Amino acid sequence: MRKSRGIPEINAGSMADIAFLLLVFFLVTTTMDTDKGLRVKLPPWPDPNNPPPVSTQNNRNVLEVLVNSNDMLLVEGSIMDIEQLTEKTKEHLTNEGRNPSLAESSEQAIVSLKNDRGTSYERYVQVYNELKRAYNEVRNEYSESKFNKNFRNLGKDDAKEIKTKYPMKISEAEPVNIGGDN
Amino acid sequence: MATFKKDNKKGAVTINTSALPDIVFMLLFFFMVATKMRDKEVKVKTAVPVVSEVEKIEKKSWVNFILVGPPTEIEQGTAPRIQLDDKFAEVDEVQQFIILRRNEFPEAIRDYLTTSIKADRSVRMGLVQDIKQELRQVNALKLLYSANAGDVTSSR
Repeated sequence: MRKSRGIPEINAGSMADIAFLLLVFFLVTTTMDTDKGLRVKLPPWPDPNNPPPVSTQNNRNVLEVLVNSNDMLLVEGSIMDIEQLTEKTKEHLTNEGRNPSLAESSEQAIVSLKNDRGTSYERYVQVYNELKRAYNEVRNEYSESKFNKNFRNLGKDDAKEIKTKYPMKISEAEPVNIGGDN
Repeated sequence: MATFKKDNKKGAVTINTSALPDIVFMLLFFFMVATKMRDKEVKVKTAVPVVSEVEKIEKKSWVNFILVGPPTEIEQGTAPRIQLDDKFAEVDEVQQFIILRRNEFPEAIRDYLTTSIKADRSVRMGLVQDIKQELRQVNALKLLYSANAGDVTSSR
């Protein structure tokens, strides 16, 4: 009888080679970059038969941010460094009618961003980032004081409440062409 | 001869490599899951800006990429160009590109498609603005300015 021999052993020594081959193939042909960035919602294209209503917004509710072709900032008519933009925007959002030149209430506050065709993409994204940061910080502070939780960790209903209190309204005007494209 | 054999047997220690395929397969599966096929040849330089408030994209296959930047090959000039899929394109080709892409998806998820603008820092807003207007005309309103996460204060 030959039962003591059992199943013949398969040589698995080359298995590692095959696996390495596949591994190298996947390393070469794939990419790992996860796409991240600033999320933005564009306004819909205006319907010629149904033009958008003329804004009845009070002037004080709009924080006007202009970026010129030299990447310089003009906020509410005065030159400003980008470092101060977040602070200024937060002041605007949390004003609640105290300062007569800033927003009446957070629900009505709007930030208007206008750039030149010659503004560099980097500066534009940085400015947008600062505005977004102001909104995120204001929302976070409100969330901490009201729910004792970070805005990111809130439930859907609570988050919605904060979003209605501080709606992210960043309006983008059509760009002007003063400094030129290049 | 006999002495030779004796020495060999004592000296060479065989390492058990039977677990090696398992380890390599583990690595292999990691890369298969975590990565995505390289689908296009990049023809323009896109050094994206650094920002702090980044958001990640949840569904990578629902994103259309528009690359903007100076060509990598110097013979093509230095003026910023638009790249759609594998080739250079003009601004007026953006609409067609988005419509074709959108038709590849079932109607229910077409509203969730995002357009990612991956533009070089040096690009002027005029070109980006033109692309934005084209996107608005075909109602592709979800947009992502591709950027790297980082500390903003260092790049100012």
